[in-house]
Amino acid sequence: MRFAVNPSSTEPVYAQIVRQVREAVARGVLRPGERIPSVRDLALQLVINPNTIAAAYREMERAGLVYSQRGKGTFVAEISNSSSAAERRRLLQKHVDALLTEATHLGFREEECLEMVRAAAKRYRLRESAHE
Amino acid sequence: MSEVVIQAEGLTRYFGRKKAVDSLSLSVRRGSVYGFLGRNGSGKTTTIRMLLGMLHSTRGQSTLLGCDSENLTPEVKARVGYLSEGHPLFTGMRIGEHAEFFRNYYPTWDRLWLDAALARFRLDPKRRVGTLSRGERAQVALALCLAPQPELLILDDPALGLDPVVRRDFLESIVELIQTEGRTIFFSSHNLADVERVADRIGIIEEGVLRADCGLDTFKENVRRVRCRFREGQRPTISLPGLLRLRWLENEATLTLASFDESRLDRLRELGAEEVEPVDAGLEDLFIDYTAPLSGRV
Repeated sequence: MRFAVNPSSTEPVYAQIVRQVREAVARGVLRPGERIPSVRDLALQLVINPNTIAAAYREMERAGLVYSQRGKGTFVAEISNSSSAAERRRLLQKHVDALLTEATHLGFREEECLEMVRAAAKRYRLRESAHE
Repeated sequence: MSEVVIQAEGLTRYFGRKKAVDSLSLSVRRGSVYGFLGRNGSGKTTTIRMLLGMLHSTRGQSTLLGCDSENLTPEVKARVGYLSEGHPLFTGMRIGEHAEFFRNYYPTWDRLWLDAALARFRLDPKRRVGTLSRGERAQVALALCLAPQPELLILDDPALGLDPVVRRDFLESIVELIQTEGRTIFFSSHNLADVERVADRIGIIEEGVLRADCGLDTFKENVRRVRCRFREGQRPTISLPGLLRLRWLENEATLTLASFDESRLDRLRELGAEEVEPVDAGLEDLFIDYTAPLSGRV
C-alpha cells in the first residue's frame, strides 16, 4: 500500500497513518499477515520524523491492528474485536446516525441511501470479518 | 522518560534596556527534534547563543548535555554541532580546506561520511567557497556541521535561502540523522511546513517570551480554527476563553482558539450559531494567529 500524509492538516500525522492502515485493512488492500514498512523506511519515504511514525505504530499495536515480531518487522493482524455484540452495535449506531443525518440534509430518499451503502459495502471485507 | 539534553531555567537577556529574552525555561529530551519558532527579532538567535555559551545571560542559566552553558568543556563542545544563521564560511578557502581545518577540533570526525555527503550534493572539495551558490554554501555548512556526527545538533534557521529541492534534501538528512539512537536536534525555522514534517516538539517565542512549549500534535489538537455561521445580520459579541483571533465575513465568523474542546462549540451554539464546524488549519495558519500583533486580535 502507499501512504500519503499531509503534514499541514489539522489531523496529526500519526493519526493519518493509523486511519490509512485501518482503511486499507477494511478494504482488503492490506491482508492479515502482510508486512508493513519499518518505522525507519516509512520515515525516510515520507520525510517525516521517525518518532511520529513510531507513535503511529505504537497506537496501531495497542489497538490490535498490527503486531510486531522482534527482528522480523510489523505485520497486519486479523480483524478482531473482543467487545460484546451489544457494545459493537452501540458503537456502530453512532456512525449510522451520523450518516443518516447527512443523508437527510442532502435530501436523499431512504431507498437511494441504502442503495449507496449496499454498493459501497462490496468494496469492504465485511463478510469475511470474524463477526459474521 | 529519556534524559534532558538541553535545559534552560529563567534565561533572560537585556541589550541595554531592551529585554531580548525574558525568563525563558525549556527542556529538550534526548531523541527529539525540537522546532523553535518565532518571528524575526523575537529572541531565537539570542536564546541559541546563550544556550551555546556564546552570549552571557543577564539572569537565569542553562545546560547542554548536563554541562553549564557558560562553562562548556571541550569534551562537551565536541559532542555538539552548531550551524549559525547564514552559514558563514571562509570565502577564500576550498571546501576540502575547511574540512581539514575543522576536523582537528573533533575526535569523532567522520571523513568517509563527509566525502559521501559532498559527493551526494555533487560538490567538488577543490572548489572555493566564494564560487558556490547560496544553496551550495548551505549544504557545505550543514555537511561540515554533521561530519563530527554530533549527538546534539543546534541549527539556527538552517533552511534560510534554500530552494525547495535542497530544502527537501536537508529534511531527509534530518530524518536520517535522528534515526541514530540518542541524537537530538534543536532547530529554529520560519518554514513551518518543514517543522511539521520533522519536529515532534515545538516552542514558540514571541517578544522574548516562550508562549508555547509542547508536542507538535498537542499544539495542533489544542489550537484550532472553528467556523460558525449566524443568522443573516446577526453578529453577536463572542467572548470565549483562549480566543486568539476572530474574523467576520458577512454573518460567518472564523475563530482561532488556544485551548480547544467540544464545549467551546456548544458555547457558540448557545450564542446563536447555526452551523459550527472545526476547519482544517496547518501550523503556518495557527502560528500566524498565535503570534500576530495584538491589533489583529479581537
